[in-house]
Amino acid sequence: MRYLDEFRDPELAARLFDEIRRRVTRPWALMEVCGGQTHAIIRNGIDQLLPPEIELIHGPGCPVCVTPLEMIDKALAIAARPEVTFCSFGDMLRVPGSSYDLFRVKSEGGDIRIVYSPLDAVRLAQQRPDREVVFFAIGFETTAPANAMAAAQARRLGLKNFSMLVSHVLVPPAIAAIMEAPDCRVQGFLAAGHVCSVMGTNEYGPLAARYRVPIVVTGFEPLDVLEGIRRSVIQLEEGRAELENSYARAVRPEGNPAAIAMLEEIFEVSDRGWRGIGTIPRSGWRLRESYRDLDAEARFMVSGMRTVESPICRSGDVLQGRIKPHDCPAFGKACTPRTPLGATMVSSEGACAAYFQYGRFIRADSVGVTA
Amino acid sequence: MCLGIPGKVVAIYEADGIRMGEVEFDGIVKQVCLAYLPEIAVGDYTIVHVGFAISQVDEQSARETLALFQNLGLLDEELQVKGDEVVP
Ligand code: SF4
Repeated sequence: MRYLDEFRDPELAARLFDEIRRRVTRPWALMEVCGGQTHAIIRNGIDQLLPPEIELIHGPGCPVCVTPLEMIDKALAIAARPEVTFCSFGDMLRVPGSSYDLFRVKSEGGDIRIVYSPLDAVRLAQQRPDREVVFFAIGFETTAPANAMAAAQARRLGLKNFSMLVSHVLVPPAIAAIMEAPDCRVQGFLAAGHVCSVMGTNEYGPLAARYRVPIVVTGFEPLDVLEGIRRSVIQLEEGRAELENSYARAVRPEGNPAAIAMLEEIFEVSDRGWRGIGTIPRSGWRLRESYRDLDAEARFMVSGMRTVESPICRSGDVLQGRIKPHDCPAFGKACTPRTPLGATMVSSEGACAAYFQYGRFIRADSVGVTA
Repeated sequence: MCLGIPGKVVAIYEADGIRMGEVEFDGIVKQVCLAYLPEIAVGDYTIVHVGFAISQVDEQSARETLALFQNLGLLDEELQVKGDEVVP
């Protein structure tokens, strides 16, 4: 159990918890979309401090966790080629593919580099014309503007030895898919604040109306998350289903216009597979026709791979809120952050890793309702 | 990787035709692309994702967030300051 004094402003936290407690009259299930929010919730024990009526379902908002297995296997195949220098964000290196991960390719001599910014990969291609530099362009709408700029810059510099393995995912189609699943239990969403700081909030109003579900744009700090929960609960109790922005200090309704313009120049919407969930129509971005010469999948001919998920891992059920991580039999035993069986244990933003890191080993059904 | 860290713009310059800057995060200075915030100036605060400034924020909220991330040990991980395979 965690305590209020771990909040930056315990008094404000207490007030927010109080109001939530006063307003709630029946059970509600809310989903926080973003992995950063999951992390804040578990670390501060927000789920344990809330009244028992409120259940938090941890959503699929960790890009490392939802990048499809097929893409990881393609990355592994490309990274193993002798002429390739493969660049990736650090979190992706330990993500298990069908049978191994990028670290293994590296230890066997693969030239794999961690980059902080996608522009570092472009610079590397500039410096090493003798190498094929491939950048693993993954992420939600937050990393997409950076990856788009890398494509634009490679084109501008006329680089022939730079390409990207693109696997971008989008939040609004995922919200729609979650709401349309037959066993959907989600009654309100905390939308990912930083995604909205790029794309704006315009796509979310129609979703709230169509699915009659409150959507509150929420930040990442414990107090932000609490405020998002408070606003969602008030909407639900009052029978409203609207879009609200509780992260106005970083999110404007129109988003970041310069970033959106660049995204439209480089990417187009496409169907995309989500690890543990399956294909969601029109839920990702791929390179536009005019930038397809930068497509690493075509350049290295890695299409048509067959993949098999670990038969033990239940990350798909975790990502869709059907089970909590500690309900998985492998959790903390065969599967730990050092020996991850599934992607949700790899990234610090994954739900399984957050539960492990903060010692949540107790299965919900063995203690009854947690308060 | 997709947390987004607030920092202070301490320099602005151009490199290979792109508007770039130096952004300071609690003592760590990183090269950051400022092309998506054409109005941002030295002394302003911004949230940075994978080396790109995406939104401007006020100083107080930036400082509070930074202190929190520092406490959680998330800063080094997010800024990739460790690890020998990191491209400098
Ligand atoms: S604990 Fe490990 S095996 Fe179980 S669902 Fe999570 S990632 Fe998969």
